[in-house]
Amino acid sequence: MSRPSVPYIEQTSGRGAARAARRRRGRDHGAARRPGRMTYVVLTVVALISIFPLYYALLLASSTSAEVAQHPIPSLIPGGHLGDNLVRVFESDIDLPRAVWNSVFVSVTTALAVVFLSTLAGFAFAKLRFKGRAGLLAFVVATMAVPTQLGVVPLFIVMRELGLTGSLWAVIIPGLASAFGVFWMTQYLQAALPYELVEAARIDGATTFRIFRSIVLPAARPALAMLGLFTFIGAWTNFFWPSIVLGTTNPTLPVALQLLQTGFFKDIPLIMTGVLVSVVPLLTLFVILGKQLVAGVMQGAIKG
Amino acid sequence: MAHPAASASTRTGASPPQPPASWRQRLGRWDMKASPYAYISPFFILFGLVGLFPLLYTAYVSLHDWDLIGGQGDFVGLDNFTFVLDQPVFWDSLGNTVSIFLLSTVPQIVIALVLASLLHANIRARTFWRMGVLLPYVIAPVAVSLIFSRMFADQSGLVNAVLGHLGVDPIGWHRDSMPAHIVIANMVNFRWTGFNTLVLLAAMQAISRDLYEAAILDSAGRMRQFFSVTVPSVRPTIIFVVITSTIGGLQIFDEPRLYDTQGLGGSSGQWKTITLYLYELGWNQQRLGRAAAVAWLLFLLIIVFALVSNWLSRRIASGDDPVAVPRKARRAARRDASGSAAGTPAFSASSGDTPGSNT
Repeated sequence: MSRPSVPYIEQTSGRGAARAARRRRGRDHGAARRPGRMTYVVLTVVALISIFPLYYALLLASSTSAEVAQHPIPSLIPGGHLGDNLVRVFESDIDLPRAVWNSVFVSVTTALAVVFLSTLAGFAFAKLRFKGRAGLLAFVVATMAVPTQLGVVPLFIVMRELGLTGSLWAVIIPGLASAFGVFWMTQYLQAALPYELVEAARIDGATTFRIFRSIVLPAARPALAMLGLFTFIGAWTNFFWPSIVLGTTNPTLPVALQLLQTGFFKDIPLIMTGVLVSVVPLLTLFVILGKQLVAGVMQGAIKG
Repeated sequence: MAHPAASASTRTGASPPQPPASWRQRLGRWDMKASPYAYISPFFILFGLVGLFPLLYTAYVSLHDWDLIGGQGDFVGLDNFTFVLDQPVFWDSLGNTVSIFLLSTVPQIVIALVLASLLHANIRARTFWRMGVLLPYVIAPVAVSLIFSRMFADQSGLVNAVLGHLGVDPIGWHRDSMPAHIVIANMVNFRWTGFNTLVLLAAMQAISRDLYEAAILDSAGRMRQFFSVTVPSVRPTIIFVVITSTIGGLQIFDEPRLYDTQGLGGSSGQWKTITLYLYELGWNQQRLGRAAAVAWLLFLLIIVFALVSNWLSRRIASGDDPVAVPRKARRAARRDASGSAAGTPAFSASSGDTPGSNT
């Protein structure tokens, strides 16, 4: 069979399933007793490795250039110059406030559009009957294996023909065709949305779009939030394509960081302050929503 | 069918003023027929525009002399390909890419597997640890590169300073190619290990408890449970992780680009990767035709590697559980098999029985 080699992400959800999963997890799973101290030691080391580079950036961002030059091993307590460096980085030649705004605009637009379009397509694939459904869905999954990055040369040519180089839309548009998103929403809706609900609404005379608006969208909320977050992160951290198509004229944050590095490469505290500026928004989002994000990954368990 | 629809619309109370039933009916049927296509079409149109078309057009561009500013030039056949293949720098960047790819993917997946199985155990503060593992994923690779490049600076970098205190000579993290590859690979690992851990952990959550209970009854220890139950059970996910890491890892760009201020992959291309070379050809030397040729070569490389890693991960994470065979027996089997047949029987009889396998 020509099944693509991406495993099924089977949605084991619905309220009952979630409760059952919680019960299962609550009980001991995979081992007869609580794990020993070594597990926590390893996990703590991993957590420290996760956080250290960021903390190191904070240490450098709160120092002066002279301090950085003198002490390769910084004191583990942040210095007092973060404020000065922040002022300097926002007053530098690199238009950082603009870059922040550009990143916010690109990420929010991409995430919202991807969520909407993916849910729409996912609904059709999961709950509507039409000719060619299976084949088209297989095609969507197959496209996940195609490295779209390899089309950069003609994509650039196309964007230039359209007069879009330097425009944020040139960054946003290629990000909208998310095969992963379509597949993800299809899988979720197949499991989470009872077919009877769609039928009942249909008998009540609801149009397909009305069903989508008032039944599918609410039902898909957990998966939708998860897809939105991951798309947001992806768009926020993207560098290769924006650096090609935006050039130096209208940078997003990662592109601005690169400019900061080439423009001020001796001024390490300044560069690290820029790094923090680019990281803090996502970090905040992660602290607030990380729990849901992690839970979401678990919920969409890729079944073995 | 005419009046159920009519009475239904009064029940929902949300429809516009009632048109004649037959018209509504026709509209409804049209809606049923056309809506699915309307809903999936944005994806297909967008994908055709920004995915499929560029991919095919790359082939066209690669056969032409194509200047960044001047645009399309003469048809040159395979000249762009022969040019690129004649460049030592292409082969160097190919070697660098593969080296960085191996240094990142292999440890990353091994560590992710181990971490996932630790998190899979019944630990306290589960969500906290999971979040801790995923944290690096939200830090942009560009930011990671800048931080690591500073930590591993040849002079007055943190790591070399610490090594100096321990009496170790400073390492040329930016000067020599292998150290540079290690640092760059670790930037990739830093970002992706946690993500892959969570994906694998999600798969582990779906393993039936009965399997573990049976294993415990058979007095299998933790290691044995890991190799005999956990790993084979998450085989499709391992394959998924390996393939996606392969596709991503071979296109590596952000990390090497930002590793020094020049962004060209080091003073003598110590860490120039293929995508970096593609960028250089296209946007520094302004030869888009040659850049497109590199894109196609990279595409071929990715296909080859994806097939190889698919094959490998199927062998390693085999559903037939070769590790369950005691080592002595395996050794004996291998002794028997050597000379006559290639490969151990335990490895070869497996695939095709789990979702995700397409052999």
